[in-house]
Amino acid sequence: MDFKQLSNEQLDVLREIGNIGAGNAATSMSAIINRKIEMEMPSVNIVAFDDLMDLIGGPDQPIVAIFIRIQGEAPGTVYFLLSIKEAEYLVREITNDPSFTLLDDQEPSKIAISALHEIGNILAGSYLSALSDFTNIMMQPSIPHLSIDMAGAVLTVGLLELSQVTDYAIVIDTTINDKDTSGIHGHFFLLPDPESFDKIFSALGIQHDG
Amino acid sequence: MDNMKSIVKVGIADLNIVTAPDIIRTSGLGSCVGIVIYDLSKKIAGLAHIMLPDSTLAKRNSINTFKYADTAIDSLIEKLLQKGAKKYALKAKLAGGAEMFQFASPSEMMRIGPRNVDATKVKLKEYNIPIVAMDVGGNSGRTIEFNPATGELAIRTVNKELKTI
Repeated sequence: MDFKQLSNEQLDVLREIGNIGAGNAATSMSAIINRKIEMEMPSVNIVAFDDLMDLIGGPDQPIVAIFIRIQGEAPGTVYFLLSIKEAEYLVREITNDPSFTLLDDQEPSKIAISALHEIGNILAGSYLSALSDFTNIMMQPSIPHLSIDMAGAVLTVGLLELSQVTDYAIVIDTTINDKDTSGIHGHFFLLPDPESFDKIFSALGIQHDG
Repeated sequence: MDNMKSIVKVGIADLNIVTAPDIIRTSGLGSCVGIVIYDLSKKIAGLAHIMLPDSTLAKRNSINTFKYADTAIDSLIEKLLQKGAKKYALKAKLAGGAEMFQFASPSEMMRIGPRNVDATKVKLKEYNIPIVAMDVGGNSGRTIEFNPATGELAIRTVNKELKTI
């Protein structure tokens, strides 16, 4: 399929998917840290691989990434991405350890890592279950994987399936914000595998003429 | 301080050539491999940032040749020779090929880092280009910078010191 020729209707559907998934995840996040979490309008970007890294500050930028493979009828990849500062803030909130830092000389504590894992688990789980309900397509999340590293290095993993077919990715990007303190701006990136688009579109009753 | 020095950047699935005093850089290598081929006497170097091991993996006909180890190395050597590098003087340095996430049941796709490194070695051997140094594997991303004047490859990771090979 040619990624660059999506119709407006198809783009709307993908945006709606981002909306529903992240909306559910924002509710879960809100329950974890007991604060109001708001969501921005999702954007659907068709980007070259280099541009994907630029969406979150360039390939060199250290980020905290929770990576989940979607298994089932419409495979793909979901990332929940935080900046180092945001992840530190989140861990401090959850563990009540105001001195917590990432990427200093010491290895981050096991509690911090497991807190981040658990957040990833909950958020991605709620993201995917909303998606699954909406599309009526079974989507099973893999165990979440955590990496704190350069954006380029962690995001390439999600491009491998796509990269065998195309040099572009369709990324459904939704930002969630902690409104009170603006301590968190987490990104959800949903990267469906190439063959999943037809499944998603036809599940939602949209003709795909590619 | 040499003010004329500029940095040539190479993106994902891309390659470029540089001559001294300029240096060449690629950022955020994970499972990808940064392949530097250089002629130190001519102070010329090429850098390819490859994603996948083998162009036969491509599921369509029109491929980006810079994306695969085999075809990118072909292009890199061709461009170096066009720019005046001598084939017998070519040497290589590699970095990257990490496994960014540890998977319980590694699928072939997830072992892509080591496969990229293997494919690169095989291809360089076909051309009889010696690999002088490499920093591959592990589970950290790398940003690398090569100086064709000195033949040094500087490697930076998120939380470790700068290292030069």
